[in-house]
Order: sequence, then C-alpha cells, then structure tokens
Amino acid sequence: MKSVIAESLVKTYKNGEVKALNNLSLDVEEGTVLGVLGPNGAGKTTLVRILATLLKPDSGRASVGGIDVIKNPDKVREIIGLSGQYAAVDEILTGYDNLVMFGELYHLGKKQAVARAEELLERFSLTDSAKRPIKTYSGGMRRRLDLAASLIVRPKVLFLDEPTTGLDPRGRLEMWGVIEDLVKGGTTLLLTTQYLEEADQLADEIAVIDNGTVIARGTSDALKKQVGGEKLEIVVNAENLMKTQEIVARVTGNKTTIDEGLRLISAPVTLGSNALIETLRELDSAGIHPLDVGLKRPSLDDVFLTLTGHAAEVKEEAK
Amino acid sequence: MSAVQDIRVITQRQLRLLTRVPEVLIFSTIQPVMFVLLFRFVFGGSISTGQPGGYVQLLMPGIFVQTVAFTLAGTASGLAEDLKKGLIDRFRSLPISQSALVVGRTLGDSMLNIVVLVVMALAGLAVGWRPSSGIVKVLIGFVFLFMFGYALSWVGIFVGLSVADARVVQNVGFIVTFPLTFLSNAFAPTTGMPRVLQYFAEWNPVSTMVAGCRELFGLKNIFGATAGSFPSENPLLMSAIYMGVIMLIFIPLSIRKYKNSSN
Ligand SMILES: Nc1ncnc2c1ncn2[C@@H]1O[C@H](COP(=O)(O)OP(=O)(O)OP(=O)(O)O)[C@@H](O)[C@H]1O
Ligand SMILES: [Mg+2]
Repeated sequence: MKSVIAESLVKTYKNGEVKALNNLSLDVEEGTVLGVLGPNGAGKTTLVRILATLLKPDSGRASVGGIDVIKNPDKVREIIGLSGQYAAVDEILTGYDNLVMFGELYHLGKKQAVARAEELLERFSLTDSAKRPIKTYSGGMRRRLDLAASLIVRPKVLFLDEPTTGLDPRGRLEMWGVIEDLVKGGTTLLLTTQYLEEADQLADEIAVIDNGTVIARGTSDALKKQVGGEKLEIVVNAENLMKTQEIVARVTGNKTTIDEGLRLISAPVTLGSNALIETLRELDSAGIHPLDVGLKRPSLDDVFLTLTGHAAEVKEEAK
Repeated sequence: MSAVQDIRVITQRQLRLLTRVPEVLIFSTIQPVMFVLLFRFVFGGSISTGQPGGYVQLLMPGIFVQTVAFTLAGTASGLAEDLKKGLIDRFRSLPISQSALVVGRTLGDSMLNIVVLVVMALAGLAVGWRPSSGIVKVLIGFVFLFMFGYALSWVGIFVGLSVADARVVQNVGFIVTFPLTFLSNAFAPTTGMPRVLQYFAEWNPVSTMVAGCRELFGLKNIFGATAGSFPSENPLLMSAIYMGVIMLIFIPLSIRKYKNSSN
C-alpha cells in the first residue's frame, strides 16, 4: 500500500515565471521512510506544503493515506503530522501551553491533552523547560518541541521539512535518534533534507529532486551504484607516483586519475577486494610502500554531483 | 460543537498572550490614558463646548471610540506576526474548522478592549468625566464600543492577511485609523472644518459611534453640514448599520482569504 502518492504536481509562482514544482511524481510505501533530497530552492517545502494540504498545486494529484489532499483536505489533516522547515510553535507561550493547546485543537479533551503534553515533553527531554516560554529555547529544543507538537495524535503519516537544519552536530544526532525511534513505531515518514548523510542514515529510499522534479529515485545503495561502483584509492610518496599509477592502471585495466597535491591515485574497480590485493602485491614487489590504501564507495555527494551537474552545497539560495 | 471548542481554545490563547506579555496590556492602556490626560488638559481649556461639565464630557466618548478602533491594527499585526513565524501553517494543518481560528482571534483580541475601556473610564472619572444618563445607558454605550472593536478586528484580519509583513501592517493600521479618528467629531466639533470635510467627518463611522455614545452618556451633539440628516438624527442606528455592513463584508472575505492564504 502506498501511503503517499504525488502525481505530476505542478506549482508555479509569479505567473509561471518560477516553477517551484515541475511535474513532480513520487510515492511512499506504508511504514517506510522516503528521504527527499535537494538543494535550496529545489521545491522540497513546496512539495511538503501541498501534501500537508497547506497549498494547492496548479495541476496534478496527490493523496495521503488514500485520501485526496485537494478534494478532502479535512480528512487528510486528521491523519498527518507536520513539522515545517521553521519551528512553528507559539514563541510567547511555554512549551507545556503549546502542547496542551495543540492537543485541545486535536479534540483530545483537556485532561488527555495535558497527559499527552506531559508524556511528549518527557520523551523529548523537555520536562525541565516545560514552563518556560519558547523564545528562551535553543534551536534544538524548539525543533524538538515542534516535532512533539506534530506527534500529538500519533499521525499515520508524518512530514518533516528539514528537521535538522540549523542544529549543531549533537542536536542533529539527538534528532536522528528521535526520528529513528518514531519510525520503528511504524509511522510512514516523508523527510526532506539537504544533508546527504541524513538521507543515507534515516531513509529507506531516497528521491533526489532538483528544479522541482525528481531526477533519481532508489535506495541509497542503488543510487550509489548508478553513479558508478567502487573506487580504489592509493596514497604514496611523491617519487613513486608515476610508478604506482602504471601498476594501478595495469591491474584494474581502467583509466586512472592522479591528484598530485594529495599524491592520490584512484581508479574505478569492478571486483574491489581482488584488485586491492593484487595491487598491493605488485606494489610490494616493486618496493613501494603505500601511505594509505582503500576502497571508496561513492558518497551521496558524488551522486548529487553526477545527477545534477552541480554539488549539493554550491547552488545559490534561490529566494 | 467542536467548532465552539476550537474557538474557545484560540480565544484563550489570545488572552494568554496578554498575561505572558504584560507589556502589551500595559502599553495598550497607557496610550489612551495619556490621550485622556493630554486632551483634557492641553486642549480642554481652549475648546468651548457649551455643555455642562466642559470638554472632558465630549472628549471621553471620542477617546473610547478611537481606542477601540486601534483593535484593527493590533489584530492585523498579531496575525501577520504569526503568519511570518509559520504558526499559521501549523494551525492550518490541524483537523479543525478553519474559521474557528479567525473567529477565536477576533474574540480574544476584542476582549483586550474590555480591560482597556475599564482603565480609561477610571482615568476619565479621575479627571472629571461624569456621564449623566445613568448606569444602564452607560453600559449600553460600552457594549456598542466593544462591538465596534469587534467589527474592526475583522478588518484587521483582512489587512493582516493581505499585507503579511508585521511592521508594514502596523503602519497600514495607523494609516487607516488615524484619518478616520481625526476627521471626525471625536476631539473637536466638526463645525470648524471646511464644509466639504464636514460631510465626510459626519458620515464617518467613527463620528456616528462618538455621537451615539455621547447621546447614551447624556450629551447633545453639534452637527454642521449634515444637521438633520439620517446619521445625525440616528447615530446609534447608523453605527449599528455600519458595524453590520463591516461584518457582512469582512467576515466572509477574511475567512476566504484565510483559507486561501499562502496559495
Ligand atoms: N511564495 C512564493 N513566491 C514566489 N516564489 C516562491 C514562493 N515560494 C517558493 N517559491 C520559489 O519556488 C522554488 C521552490 O521553493 P521551495 O521553498 O519549495 O524550495 P526548498 O527546496 O524548500 O528550498 P530550501 O532548501 O531553501 O528550503 C524556489 O525557487 C522559490 O524561490
Ligand atoms: Mg524549504
């Protein structure tokens, strides 16, 4: 069963000048995590807002939990949780007040809203700061509270728009832990991110989007394969560079590249470990002692570069 | 039934904001109280009114109306602020009636006026305001004032959603309310204005409200160009009509705008 389906979504701004979504289609299998990976301005937020019923597409269709988001937004709102790109909680109210208020708006009733608020504050390690206004919270605490607010009624489908943007490494790890726990509970999750490791870490499948359309889709392993297999990398002393290159080229039978600055020689290989052993043996008999050797699988950065022609980070902020 | 619950929760939220940021309440009362004192003592001596009790009797209804008119700016900028912070997105992603959010907001914002009006009335009493018509009529006057603020908070919703930048919204709010409150009978008789302006000033909803409150508080109004016309003869009825029209236009308009906001 597909929990989320988006079909040929188009959304334009400024009378069609800006194409935020350009025929975007994707789906998410129930109980799995789809990571939507894309640079600034790729259309991630626009996609999430359409799926969360906040925005109507110009054309195309979308459904969540089998319910059409355009025809039946009210029904969709009952089964989703949303944590937007910028923590959307009431700055002036306390963490506790925020969660109770949202609980009441989910029609839990005062008593249950209070109980659920306490439970969530506990779970997100916010009990100590529960009675402080949100404006005194750190970025990470704010994000956690925002996530807590989107979990009040245990949504079937959860949308997280860049849940770790702006967090320090520790905050990010914490957030990952929280999200991993959630997913174990069977929630279907669509998560957007600009961080390649994040998609790798959290998602069962990844959809890479750029300029409002999906340019690649698959598991992180499959995407890495699409870019090419493993690479053999060897670092040697400067005087052995040429000799080593000859050996690597002969063993792998492939084109090699040299980075003279790093004194690094690399070449694509098909059967990585065999090539590695063979190369080491040859180097040994030539009396060359490598400083570093390894087999590198392509990173998602490489995936991005290959697919879009530009690195994930370098594209200018589109706004 | 659940819509009523939703409205209650949102109204409570608006009120809670006031207790969390007491400055809002303090400054929304200081300003009108300051106006009472300034007008009473600065202009009070130079404006002859021909009414028993002097200028302060005419002034108080004017300042009451001006103050509730500022609800427009308050609602507008509060809403724009929430929009900017993405809070409205969260509200809109909840399974609740979309109009509950705006209704609760207009109610909560208008309730601030109750506190402000009470403080102003006390300040007025302290500087010589003595309504002569009896408690019932005075209270009816305050109900009118509350309703006027409520009607205008719907205009505020519309302005807040249309402009969406909190700082600009503040200014738009002032640009709308200042001319309306000064081109009126609130602080000085309209008879001193150029004749063309008198028409505007006397048909102005602020003036009909002020004239209506003066009647309820036991005072006589002086009209210029429009003397004897419908609004001058029936200021309370005219005010009620204005409020009805404002709400008939702006409630559906604002709710629709809210539902489509960010599209
Ligand atoms: N309200 C709007 N008016 C005009 N253009 C818009 C609007 N909202 C989004 N866009 C444009 O649509 C495109 C996609 O925006 P979107 O916010 O979906 O990107 P994103 O992938 O979420 O980016 P980021 O990583 O910066 O959050 C961008 O070019 C953006 O400038
Ligand atoms: Mg975004």
